[in-house]
Amino acid sequence: MIYWSIFLAFFIPGILGYGGGPASIPLVEKEVVDRYGWMSTQEFGEVLAFGNALPGPIATKMAGYIGYMEGGVLGSIVGLFASVAPSLFLMLLLMATLMKYKDSPQVKNITKLIRPLIAVLLGAMTLQFFMTSTESFGGIQTVVLIVVSYWMLEIRKIHPAFIIVLALAYGGATSLI
Amino acid sequence: MVSEDKTQGQKSSVSGLQTNADIFAAFFRVGMLGFGGGPSAIPLFHREAVKKYKWMTEDEFGDTLALANTMPGPIATKMAGYIGYRVNGLMGCLVALVSSVVPTVLLMVLLLGMLQQFKDVEWVNGMSAAVVPVVGVMLAVMTWDFFKKSGESLGWQRAVGLTVVFAVLMEVLNIHPAFLIVGILVIVLMPRKRKGGAK
Repeated sequence: MIYWSIFLAFFIPGILGYGGGPASIPLVEKEVVDRYGWMSTQEFGEVLAFGNALPGPIATKMAGYIGYMEGGVLGSIVGLFASVAPSLFLMLLLMATLMKYKDSPQVKNITKLIRPLIAVLLGAMTLQFFMTSTESFGGIQTVVLIVVSYWMLEIRKIHPAFIIVLALAYGGATSLI
Repeated sequence: MVSEDKTQGQKSSVSGLQTNADIFAAFFRVGMLGFGGGPSAIPLFHREAVKKYKWMTEDEFGDTLALANTMPGPIATKMAGYIGYRVNGLMGCLVALVSSVVPTVLLMVLLLGMLQQFKDVEWVNGMSAAVVPVVGVMLAVMTWDFFKKSGESLGWQRAVGLTVVFAVLMEVLNIHPAFLIVGILVIVLMPRKRKGGAK
């Protein structure tokens, strides 16, 4: 059943993603691209691009949108619920206990140890995105796009939303020529 | 309105409505003004909850953040849900969640849905193809960010070592990250005798 799949696809990243929403991006990709095949890497890239260009938490934007694409309004609600409710519910339920442990070195170790794991997943995704881009644009144009967007994003500190809009315009224009 | 007299006795139901409106406004602003995902919105939460509405003190806010970090999942919704709950019970929690999540999801569905309608048109397809390398760069930046933080908190040697181990396990042996994360949780949280050098 689609709603159950949507629930699982966002429940798993929600319950495993230590380090906030961004940490769950590669986990969501594993579910929706690799496991359920709901979208291609390029389509997922589109979702991420808009997620980055629009304000607000990233994990819920992905869950709400992908849930909607797969299961309509109810799918969207299921996706949102699955990504938000379990950890929030646990937090409210275990508040007293967690308050005691929030400063414990063990709890801090969890985040510390999971961080490199997320880095590996993000790194693998990065490569996958660059490879997908090479398939559609070829190596040289991909490198140029990478260098230019890095320069704008990190050196000129231009707002990501603006860079995404530029990329969209560039892609639309070049395919018309 | 039922839950509030249980949690916060001092609120009458008229001011409860006002409180819900405040909660909505606060987290709506946080949601609409925070770019770059939940973690980057933390200062915005601080501004609303501590500075503007004085729902909590600096210390309490720090505690809340630490508390939210003990649990997995998106940070923004845990913060919003928890603060909303503290201020106005279950209703407050729901209002906070809806206001921080729903508006941006609607925007997303509207904009992306529009693009998806025309995905077979060649130039629209070209648009989404051009976004891929740009998102790749954003992911690369995030990768470096996570890696740098690992190096700073674990020491570079251990961070590099762990990264290599995780890379082999996940990318070469194809082990699902879920198993590894559960494994880490078990190892870290397993009760053990105090040996001292656990830092």
